Amino acid sequence: MNKKYFIPLIAFMALVGLMLFGLKNDPKVIPSPFIGQPAPNFSLPKLYKPEEMVTAKEMKGEVWVLNLWASWCVSCRAEHKVLSRLIEKMKVPTIGLNYKDYGTEDYGDEALAWLARYGNPYQSVAVDTEGTAGLDWGVVGVPETFVVDKKGIVRYKFTGPVYDEAMDQILVPLITELRKEKR
Amino acid sequence: MIPEIGHFALILALSVALVQGVFPLVGSLIGKNHWVSIAKPASFAQMFLLTISFVCLLYAFLSNDFSVKYVANNSNSQMPTLFRVSALWGAHEGSLLLWALVLGGWGAAVGFFSKGIPPVMLARVLSVMGLIGVGFMLFMLLTSNPFERLLQIPLEGRQLNPLLQDFGLAVHPPMLYMGYVGLSVAFSFAIAAMIDGKLDAAWARWARPWTNIAWVFLTFGIALGSWWAYYELGWGGWWFWDPVENASLMPWIVGTALIHSLAVTEKRASFKAWTILLCILGFSLSLLGTFLVRSGILTSVHSFASDPERGLFILIFLLAVIGSSLVLFAFRAHKFRSVGAFSLVSRESGLLVNNVILIVMTATVLLGTLYPLIIDAFSSGKISVGPPYFNSVIIPLGVLLYITMGFGFFLRWKKDEPSRILKKTWLPLTVSLVAAFVLPLVTVSDFNIMTSLGLFLGSWVTLAALMWVLSLGRSPFKLPMAAWGSVIAHIGMAMTVIGITLVSIYDTEKDVRLEVGQSYELAGYNFAFKKIESVKVDNYIANRATMDVSLNGELVNNMHPEKRDYGRDQMPMTEAGIDAGFTRDLFVALGEPLGNNAWSFRLYHKPFVRWIWLGAVLMGFGGLLAAFDKRYRRMKKIVVEPVQSANKIKDTSKNTPGVTA
Amino acid sequence: MKYLLRSLMISLLMSFSLSAIAVQIEFHTFENEQREKLYLDLIAELRCVKCQNQNLAESNAELATDMREKTYEMVVEGKSREDVVNYMTARYGDFVLYKPPFKSKTILLWVGPPLLLFLSLFMILRIVRKQSKQAPKQLSDDERDSVRSMLKSNSSSEK
Repeated sequence: MNKKYFIPLIAFMALVGLMLFGLKNDPKVIPSPFIGQPAPNFSLPKLYKPEEMVTAKEMKGEVWVLNLWASWCVSCRAEHKVLSRLIEKMKVPTIGLNYKDYGTEDYGDEALAWLARYGNPYQSVAVDTEGTAGLDWGVVGVPETFVVDKKGIVRYKFTGPVYDEAMDQILVPLITELRKEKR
Repeated sequence: MIPEIGHFALILALSVALVQGVFPLVGSLIGKNHWVSIAKPASFAQMFLLTISFVCLLYAFLSNDFSVKYVANNSNSQMPTLFRVSALWGAHEGSLLLWALVLGGWGAAVGFFSKGIPPVMLARVLSVMGLIGVGFMLFMLLTSNPFERLLQIPLEGRQLNPLLQDFGLAVHPPMLYMGYVGLSVAFSFAIAAMIDGKLDAAWARWARPWTNIAWVFLTFGIALGSWWAYYELGWGGWWFWDPVENASLMPWIVGTALIHSLAVTEKRASFKAWTILLCILGFSLSLLGTFLVRSGILTSVHSFASDPERGLFILIFLLAVIGSSLVLFAFRAHKFRSVGAFSLVSRESGLLVNNVILIVMTATVLLGTLYPLIIDAFSSGKISVGPPYFNSVIIPLGVLLYITMGFGFFLRWKKDEPSRILKKTWLPLTVSLVAAFVLPLVTVSDFNIMTSLGLFLGSWVTLAALMWVLSLGRSPFKLPMAAWGSVIAHIGMAMTVIGITLVSIYDTEKDVRLEVGQSYELAGYNFAFKKIESVKVDNYIANRATMDVSLNGELVNNMHPEKRDYGRDQMPMTEAGIDAGFTRDLFVALGEPLGNNAWSFRLYHKPFVRWIWLGAVLMGFGGLLAAFDKRYRRMKKIVVEPVQSANKIKDTSKNTPGVTA
Repeated sequence: MKYLLRSLMISLLMSFSLSAIAVQIEFHTFENEQREKLYLDLIAELRCVKCQNQNLAESNAELATDMREKTYEMVVEGKSREDVVNYMTARYGDFVLYKPPFKSKTILLWVGPPLLLFLSLFMILRIVRKQSKQAPKQLSDDERDSVRSMLKSNSSSEK
């Protein structure tokens, strides 16, 4: 018997291990490079007061949440209820980044109508008509939710609609934890 | 009723496959001859039952039987008949049935053309194929039954993805599957040889034509896929290094290595364990491809709807088939002593280098395809590995391969002199070098090292192949078919590399806005936008533009790019107009209306792009010629001699430690 | 088979005009050809992070359009290839690059293939040297023929 004839078998077993991992893994989830990095700034008009600007910088000093949404985004509707409850429960200041929605000719006042219909839990809504702020935050698809700490460092990104379990098991403990940190 | 017959036939086929997989194999081990003799009739019965099953599903598609879930999901009554036929294998379940049918077909073919093969060997080969069939049919019946009925019968089926409503779907998958599954024959032969513990020239002669034919199908299948993507996707690309494409490329490269290694095993009784390993590897990579396409572990443009449960089933199946064959290999490979010793300069060494390069290529493609997963598994984030990576690693390997290829023709078995080789090759070498540097200067009057490199490799291999035929000093009509096959296939390789080089370097594209009556000039061709009209065809409505293309004032062709609307939540589709030619393709895609009678267009000029696929056609044709060489048919006449002489050979092999790379 | 081949030949050379996904056509003007080439290269090598394995050039996704637009802006502003790549990786990580950068975690990817090639060439060199040295006297043609026929019979005489 010769040891070298076992090499293909061993290589194959390693491959099977990799495949097993692959089956449990979702290739579509892309980690954000911003985790641990300072939050990108933006300065965007407010939805209700377009003459005023909302910026990421002014949020510094407290734990806050950035939620990307749009009226044309179907899964945002499902997420909205969960998010509203999170905001109410944690009293966490949240900026709704209205991504490529209000102001474009196609959509008209749909963002306003959407919030009127489903409620507005946000501290303020930033209008990102061109999607530039979205790009700066590395948007892949709406909805996306970021958690930023007191120092203005991005600590967490949730891709896709936030659901109840994710809120209870990830976001609530995370925000509680971050609030204990010093400025 | 008909779908139930199909379903039942499938269950019966599974039982027959089980019998075919177990009894002949066990019988051959415990010496029960009547068990051994089951193999052949069982393979015919399996083929017959699978055909019934397939025809039943086909009938469901043609009769628009939307009570069958699979039909309702993938076909509707508005689709043209051809596309309703090809819709059968347009999605997961039906494509598995095609897989199983093709496997049954290969099994029956082996059974039918098996006159020269000893019954025990045949029984083992068919048994292994039967067992593979069991796995696939179980998979189908347990997780992906194409005959499943719907409780609520819809009035109309869903639209098949418009991308798939195309001639390409009718031909590409069947060809590819013939290739993938065809490699199971070589695999089964390898398993039989390992059970036997013996591997001789006769074995190689049985395995060679089957491997060649499978390789030919794989070649055609991949080329058709590339061509389909080229005209279908609308941006003129012909290879994207997508995981699914890589999954088809890997078995092809290993198959290419196997064809060459089998030659050494047949003629020089060398590379034995290596050949066996390649047989296993080729089919294993086919199965791995099936897994990658259907499990959804990698993101790809053209994967099937994925499902982790199916993924797990295939993984277990992979583990059973590949794992057990590699265990067998680990314990049995040492029995295959290679006899023929050879020196460093010899045809054997040349082919060994060929095999090494091809396997490194395969390993590279595999590594690149799986690397994002590997990185992810070690939680180091996500990365992408795409065309720039593969091009920069595969191209240098390809250059080495093509250089070796030319020398390979002239190398003698066992031992050769470098000086003799040099004497034979200086002429083609010089001519192709000169051509490679002079041709671009006179035609495009600019120098690009990559152009020269591509032209050199192409002309070097072509000239070497032709000089080799001439140097044999025999009338071309008296040469064995295999020799011609080899020459033609290698010239095909040369043609493909020239096509790839030229189209990669010299293609031009331009996005333009044209009003009716306006024209644009690209690469010397004048594209004049004549008119646009709305047409209704079968199940779509299209805007069809007419564009007159002329060269130096002479009309070349009228092109009709279209934009199609298939309605019912389907994306609009661009239909490119293509004017194909031997030395260039013109390619026009219609964009959006821009108002004021103006439309946007994308124009391409793609020099020598056809050579990529014409080269593949030559490769396939060469492979066919080689597969039908006379000597494979002669082997029936081999006389059975006493066992004693066989033992003698074993003794000599003991003093001759051979290469078992 | 011949018929098949012929029809294959014909279809390969025939003009075909068949369906495709809608291509998105954008009009861009560039200062010079180098800039245009840089833009085309970049959109071919950057991945549409939302898509199923498509680059920016091929994708119709809205995100891809935005990323193309950003790339165009930067190219026109005179930014270098590196600037654009840095901009994109800062937002999307290495995932956005179809050409993975050479770093510690991609070492195996870049060094693996050439290493494997040299190792295996070295190995076959050793093996061939070893076995050709130990090779016994060469057989005459007659001997070789007799061995061949024995090899054949060897397998046919099985059981």
